[in-house]
Amino acid sequence: MTKIGLEIHCQLTKLASKLFCSCKAEYRNLEPNSNICPVCAGLPGSLPLLNKKAVEKATMISLALGCTIPEKIGFFRKNYFYPDLPKNFQITQYNAYGPTSIGSDGKIEIEGKTIRIRRIQLEEDPGRLVYEGTSEKTMITLIDYNRAGTPLVEIVTEPDFETPKQVRVFLNVLADLVENIGVSDPYLEGAMRVDGNISEGDGNRVEIKNVGSFRDIEKALHFEITRQQSLVERGITVQAETRHWDEARRITVSARSKEEEQDYRYLPEADIPIVLIEHHSIEQIKMQMPESIVARRERYVKKYGLPPQVSDVLSSDKFYSDLFDKAHNEKNAKEVSNIITTDLMGFADTREKKLELKITPKHITDLADSIMTNKLTRNSGKTALQEMVKTGKSLADVISSLDLGHVSDVGSIEKIIDEVFKEEEKAVSEAKQNPDTINYLVGKVMKKTKGKADPTTTLGILRKKLSA
Amino acid sequence: MNLGISAVEFVSQAKEGVISVEEFVAKTLDRIKKVDEKIHAFITVDAQNALDKARTIDKKIKSKEKIGSCFGMPLSIKDNICTEGIKTTCASKMLENFVAPYDATVISRLKLEDAIIIGKANLDEFAMGSTTEFSYFGPTRNPWNLEYVPGGSSGGSGASVAAYECLASLGSDTGGSVRSPASFCSVVGLKPTYGLISRYGLVSYANSIEQVGPIAKTVEDVAFLLNIISGHDPHDNTTANNGYVDYVQDLKHGISGKKIGIISQMIGEGVDKEVASATNTAISKLQNLGAECIPISLDAIEHSVAAYYTIASAEASSNLARYDNLRYGFDFGIEGYEFKAFVSKARSNFGPEVTRRMLLGAFVLSAGYYGKYYLKAQKVRAMIKAQLDEAFKKVDYLISPTMPILPFKVGEKIDDPLKLYLTDINTITANLSGIPAISVPFSMSSSGLPIGIQLFANSFKEKELLQAAHVLQETSNLPEISL
Ligand SMILES: [Zn+2]
Repeated sequence: MTKIGLEIHCQLTKLASKLFCSCKAEYRNLEPNSNICPVCAGLPGSLPLLNKKAVEKATMISLALGCTIPEKIGFFRKNYFYPDLPKNFQITQYNAYGPTSIGSDGKIEIEGKTIRIRRIQLEEDPGRLVYEGTSEKTMITLIDYNRAGTPLVEIVTEPDFETPKQVRVFLNVLADLVENIGVSDPYLEGAMRVDGNISEGDGNRVEIKNVGSFRDIEKALHFEITRQQSLVERGITVQAETRHWDEARRITVSARSKEEEQDYRYLPEADIPIVLIEHHSIEQIKMQMPESIVARRERYVKKYGLPPQVSDVLSSDKFYSDLFDKAHNEKNAKEVSNIITTDLMGFADTREKKLELKITPKHITDLADSIMTNKLTRNSGKTALQEMVKTGKSLADVISSLDLGHVSDVGSIEKIIDEVFKEEEKAVSEAKQNPDTINYLVGKVMKKTKGKADPTTTLGILRKKLSA
Repeated sequence: MNLGISAVEFVSQAKEGVISVEEFVAKTLDRIKKVDEKIHAFITVDAQNALDKARTIDKKIKSKEKIGSCFGMPLSIKDNICTEGIKTTCASKMLENFVAPYDATVISRLKLEDAIIIGKANLDEFAMGSTTEFSYFGPTRNPWNLEYVPGGSSGGSGASVAAYECLASLGSDTGGSVRSPASFCSVVGLKPTYGLISRYGLVSYANSIEQVGPIAKTVEDVAFLLNIISGHDPHDNTTANNGYVDYVQDLKHGISGKKIGIISQMIGEGVDKEVASATNTAISKLQNLGAECIPISLDAIEHSVAAYYTIASAEASSNLARYDNLRYGFDFGIEGYEFKAFVSKARSNFGPEVTRRMLLGAFVLSAGYYGKYYLKAQKVRAMIKAQLDEAFKKVDYLISPTMPILPFKVGEKIDDPLKLYLTDINTITANLSGIPAISVPFSMSSSGLPIGIQLFANSFKEKELLQAAHVLQETSNLPEISL
């Protein structure tokens, strides 16, 4: 049996400042080494100041993942030399001497399977290394400390996954979750990073690091399962080691064993006093937390009678569920959910496309109302929606510019029916004999009006004329 | 002009226009020029800025503008406390050219009160040592006898105050580094309660136990400086928020009716005869002034040196890891080095004592040893604290000699780290437990070497501690230094 565990690093991108200083938490697209101060640059004499908001956000993640939150949390120094670490230690949390990290022993249900969360810890992100040069000889390493000290939450799962697919589903759910509770934008470059560990049967555990994206972790795990299984088949023992994902060659490669011998010499961080997490502040955080994905799904089913599948799709995506919650009212909820889950999600089937949508709740409300009052056919509605998401124009503007308006006045429909009667003499006499063939004539009217004629009105007039 | 006046006396004379600040600072600079070649209390002297500042203050005094309470008193600052624009070397090659882009909180508070930073005082490299012999820039010598060590690690601070090269100084005390030089140089030195004074800008050595501490000629001067530099600092999460306390007010309250515990473990075996006899004299003088003295046994002290060197070294190994010469430091070509080789090459430039402690610290923290050493040391620390808590239920103060021995000669113990470590036995108790302790100059040995007496009080009882220290200082009759 395959056992897979994960370590997920999730930046708290929704915070204004870093974990221990007042530099910006958003370090992207800045001049290198411009977002630093004596504290995050680790200058002699500087001291870390704990960002209390970061503790709150990490508490939210812990609560959302069903973790136990201790009465006191503390910080430790993880000591190792690396150029991206200004102090040559990382301030993190550590549970070996008693639980002092922000969360432990949580769990989350994924497609009926329970994934246990071992612990959640709050820590600082290191700086970023940029390699320049064309060959090994000319290679230089540049260091940008803008990211150093960015608040990060590490989520460690038990090895409860059996397949890479479960991992992917879990990661999608987790990404939705951190986005939903407003602690992180998981889709920002580098905001969510995953390491895996994997073992076959009773075999040794192999760590997989350096995986760039969610998609790649699934591939890396697949590769690693195949590699380990083929070793086992040939009677070769799998080595306990760390392997790096080589994105270009799409294989995992053994990291130098030196890295594994690392002894981090954990030491309590005395510059940050123990933080008491009081019961009432946890209650307060709970109240501030937005509705969970599960609760939202239930509300959609119970209150609006949306089908479970539609509720699932809608509730797990913060963007679409926010849109739904803002656009719907008691009467149009079903229509709004229809428009979002069948049409809108179809147009924006990638994240990039989703971000480009120029859609507002009003667009959706107007559209649903127009369809429900027969001012627009569903077909024209789809065309209108496509135009609105592209241009951001109002529904009224789109209807007039694309000439999508419903033809429902009796006069104009009668005129068109008269034309059809002239052209389709045979069909008309047939319909007089056999009323079941009337649909053919309706179709002709629709064709002439490009689908804009109101079907009910058309049918009424046709019947009257045929029976005359 | 008498450079030997107290800081408080200086303030009153400057305020009344009896002395000119510029003249006082100029004379002090002359004095440094004359004596510091021999003493070597300073690593950097900031003469021009000190004179400019003094001139500005004189102008303000004349035109009756608002002036900070220090009235331009010249201070030396231990060179491990960051001063914007003046080098902060930590007496190490690793920071030979380091200029901090900011002032430590204690410095900005002093500047706000118009103190003048006349220079940066010598220390053992990164404050690791008890003699100031482990400075990259060479040792400081005891102004009372140049063949002797001034104590350490704030030896430059102690010596500069004793030799009238400044009016007072700030040192730092990790295991006795303020009190040891205060004792050996016959000045007053206070190690405040952990959390009373901001450490922001103090270059960390053992951050869970160290504090900045004032060194001055009188207890009153120490109280005066404490008023300025103590108190909560938003830049240091470990500072306490206890509200403002005026340490100068009621300083002469006396000690009548107070109880003093004599720490049995600190006056018995291993204590120099003259030191022990001076301590007994101090005790009987305090008794005569109305204090009741009883023996107190703190047997956890037996393990305190081992616990101290375990904890301090462990923290040092982590705190000093950042000195890899990548972001600041001294120049040497980076080209051609792989990262690890570069770092080990750069870090081979630490001095012997720092290297020793970093290796020791890395060892006690390494996998499999943490429980055996570090956690055990933390247990000793908790035991000492518990025994002190018990003691302070019975007494108001504790008393001991500051140093168990008299000052010794430069070079005498430098090759025997263990012997040096053992000289800290009386001072480290205050650091491990966090309580305040003060060294008061009390007498001179037959050979003319200073002896200091140490008083302890419970956490945040600095006001009471200074009251007792003041009484003790009043009982002493010490000679003027001749240099
Ligand atoms: Zn910063």
